[in-house]
Amino acid sequence: MAIRERLSGNEAVAYAIKQINPDVMPAFPITPSTEIPQYVANYIANGEIDTEFIHVESEHSAMSATVGASAAGARAVTATSSCGMALMWEELYVAASNRLPIVLALVNRALSGPININADHSDSMGARDSGWIQIYAESNQEVYDNYIQAFPIAENKNVHLPVMVCQDGFITSHGVENIMLIEDDKVKAFVGEYEPEHYLLNADERIAVGPYAVSNYYMETKRGQREAMLNAREVILEVAEKFEKMTGRKYGFFEEYRMEDAEYAVVIIGSAAGTCKAAIEHIRSTTGKKVGLIKIRVFRPFPEEEIARALANVKAVAIMDRSEMFAGTSGPLGAEVRAAMYQAHAKAEVVNYFYGLGGRDITVSDFERVYENLEKMAETHTAIGMYDYIGLRQ
Amino acid sequence: MEQVWEKAYDFKKVLSKPERLAGGHRMCAGCGGTVTVRTVLRALEEGDRAVIGNATGCLEVSSFMYPYTAYEDSYIHNAFENAGATLSGVETAYNVLKKKGKIKENFKFITFGGDGGTYDIGFQSLSGAMERGHDMVYVCYDNGAYMNTGTQRSSATPQYADTTTTPAGKVSAGKVQVRKDLAAIIAEHHVPYVGQSTFTANFKDLYTKAQKAIYTPGPAFLNVMSPCPRGWGYEPSEMMNICKLAIDTCYWTMFEVIDGKWVLNYEPKNKLPIEDFLRPQRRFNHLFKKENEELISLFQAEVDKRWEELRNRCE
Repeated sequence: MAIRERLSGNEAVAYAIKQINPDVMPAFPITPSTEIPQYVANYIANGEIDTEFIHVESEHSAMSATVGASAAGARAVTATSSCGMALMWEELYVAASNRLPIVLALVNRALSGPININADHSDSMGARDSGWIQIYAESNQEVYDNYIQAFPIAENKNVHLPVMVCQDGFITSHGVENIMLIEDDKVKAFVGEYEPEHYLLNADERIAVGPYAVSNYYMETKRGQREAMLNAREVILEVAEKFEKMTGRKYGFFEEYRMEDAEYAVVIIGSAAGTCKAAIEHIRSTTGKKVGLIKIRVFRPFPEEEIARALANVKAVAIMDRSEMFAGTSGPLGAEVRAAMYQAHAKAEVVNYFYGLGGRDITVSDFERVYENLEKMAETHTAIGMYDYIGLRQ
Repeated sequence: MEQVWEKAYDFKKVLSKPERLAGGHRMCAGCGGTVTVRTVLRALEEGDRAVIGNATGCLEVSSFMYPYTAYEDSYIHNAFENAGATLSGVETAYNVLKKKGKIKENFKFITFGGDGGTYDIGFQSLSGAMERGHDMVYVCYDNGAYMNTGTQRSSATPQYADTTTTPAGKVSAGKVQVRKDLAAIIAEHHVPYVGQSTFTANFKDLYTKAQKAIYTPGPAFLNVMSPCPRGWGYEPSEMMNICKLAIDTCYWTMFEVIDGKWVLNYEPKNKLPIEDFLRPQRRFNHLFKKENEELISLFQAEVDKRWEELRNRCE
């Protein structure tokens, strides 16, 4: 029987780590992800797992040691947030290009400055081109489920890419929710033993990792990473299907909420989807208007065609970005979803908003206004409040 | 039990051990870096396995250019500033996989970095690795500047050296600051073994220090002066003479710190004036202009001061 519990998102990740019992975890504390290594250190201190913790002196060293451990043949994990991941930046690219199946628990937090410890997606969105698979969560349950699924995705021999399992700082990382935990033996069986093919400590084969590759080889490695990312699409869905058989909980590239007949849609990532769902229920029950939501789960690889298909029949779409990219135009989600829609010759009116930067709250009534704007946009064929910051102080 | 380094040193036998850094790499003729690597790797007992690490630098780009590697052992290069942390991860993986029964063989862990990757950009990563007590050896091949990018100054560059970022000019006499004493800093981490060396006639000093570093359990650090013909400006054939002059002028000192105990390994019978070391090198040419005479005496004073300090530290 699955175990009914109440856990924060950080506790849920730590609990999954305990169940998986990875070989090596180098980590350095940073709010709001600090609790994850703390919980793991406690499991180790009490002999509940035999993971080796490396008390690194920085996040750069955290990812460097994770790369070393993974290349050596260990199942290696770490956790961080915000500036911590910014300090890892160089190593994110090294991990991906060396095709190391590292799993990083990222608790999303705004990047400095000004220094801010609350949720937004500027950390992971900045790393969107680093070659990592990125999976996002709305709730603690999803964080836990995504974390467990990350291992068979990363370690699949057709993928061999690192995975970033993202959740919103404080909102899910510290918020305690009801959660269904999977039994230890089922988690262990689902994740399986890690059996690398090529690794530094293989007695039967000596290998060299991290070459200097000049112009006549570099491009092929990039194409190889692209191939792996393309392969990941199928693997992510296979793993989700297996996971659904085990738990009954269904996952895909994104969740379509009340989209079956939707005329007005929001596209969003992370915990704010929950607030949007409340708005949808309220609007539908009070006005009967056909509003829906697409909540992106997998941002890398980007499910371009699938998103365009899901938006094929709507009249207007609001794409909601929780990070800036200072193009003076769209945010990262706005740019990619619109590109997907353009490629599919979509007819819907589109607007792109920014919200929740540095933990700014977004409410049910904010979403209601978004849907009102979409309805007007469908009539006037003009975007309303393009690139507005929702909830900005005047 | 007799330690490996307590066996009599047989130069001929040591030099005829199989090479673990294959020929055909792209390092310069007269490069001290590769001599350091070969001598250190020779100190591994035959049959012992090793994982070799490497910070970005001349050595890395010249010894592992895809698809060729010069290393007989498994090898990992990660980036410039993280050789210490990277090998920490490898060594930790070894411990846990060994504990879980997934690996049966014994491995040693040795990483190489230039002074750029060790004294400067990789200093924090090295300090962390030493402090955490990983059973590994960090070897700095110290050529006294960022040679891979074309001889820019480092904190290991000697005072007054002409480098591309501290050029000697009409109003500049080269690098302003004196060298950082990295071996002493690492010794203050209270690690079991620190050695400083370079190549002398029969390589015995470096070879035995490498044996001690590799076969003493726990973290060890070797700082090896490794001349660079392009950066220092000497004829490739002159490398061994340059090293000899470095230790006979006491510019470079040979010592070790064993469990906190400082031991002086070489004291010249006749301490030569520092000019003898400076004169054969292009990077110090400007010091021999008439108006710079005073700088040579200042250089000498710094050498003398450090030599006295070292002698006082050693028993």
